[in-house]
Amino acid sequence: MYPVTTVHYLALSAALLLIGTVGVLTRRSIVIILMSIELILNAVNINLVAFSRQAHAVHGQIFAIFVIVDAVAEAAVGLGILIALFRNKETVLADEIDLLKW
Amino acid sequence: MLIDTFFFYTFALLTLGGGLLTITRRNAVHSALSLIVSLLGVAGLYLMQQAEFLFAVQIVLYVGGIMVLFLFVIMLVNLDQSARERQFNGQWMVALVAVAAVGAEISWFLYRGQGAFRLADSAGGVSAAASAVTMPGNTEVLADVLFQEYLLPFEIASVLLLVAVVGAVVMAKKRI
Repeated sequence: MYPVTTVHYLALSAALLLIGTVGVLTRRSIVIILMSIELILNAVNINLVAFSRQAHAVHGQIFAIFVIVDAVAEAAVGLGILIALFRNKETVLADEIDLLKW
Repeated sequence: MLIDTFFFYTFALLTLGGGLLTITRRNAVHSALSLIVSLLGVAGLYLMQQAEFLFAVQIVLYVGGIMVLFLFVIMLVNLDQSARERQFNGQWMVALVAVAAVGAEISWFLYRGQGAFRLADSAGGVSAAASAVTMPGNTEVLADVLFQEYLLPFEIASVLLLVAVVGAVVMAKKRI
């Protein structure tokens, strides 16, 4: 078996990023889209921590903490918007909210 | 080293499998539960990379905080109607092609650049093992850097959280 190197973590993070992107681009439900965004942010965090370990500096982990803070803020505001949207339009499907589409 | 490899692939399987289930399930509650599995896998990966503080934050904040918020909203918003409808939108084929192109690009870069990472990794591995005895704990180092070098970003992040809380309350309120 190979020893686990930074490249392994980078490949895993890339795979998770792609899964999250597929979720954002193809799903119709806004709840699932928000969950996919969480997946993407986690992929970024894996990358940051892997580089932090390789460089023997803790700064990457600090950045990961800030990314987590952003994820929390995004989830709170996004779910608030979702509730307001559901109250007004009675739908949670992203492609039915097309008021601004030409 | 062997047990390290074993745990890495276990957590990688949890992470990717949970992620795949998250974006393919029809029921939103099942998606949320799969996302919890995926986030726990990521937490395990943090632990393997000696980021113990992030491991704790990941479990307490993501699994304990954000996912409970998601589940609350799923219960609050009636999703039975949308669970019976089509789950993927009309652009899924274009999206898959675009994501496959990006994936091919990233894997090509990783394949071409892996030599550089491996060199630095093996050189650093020895010194990490030697310095692990004298180094203070991960949380201690993190706090030192966070509260000295990154004090201003830390304060800005707290203001951001305050704004997000106020915004979420305003959004979810019936009448302001």
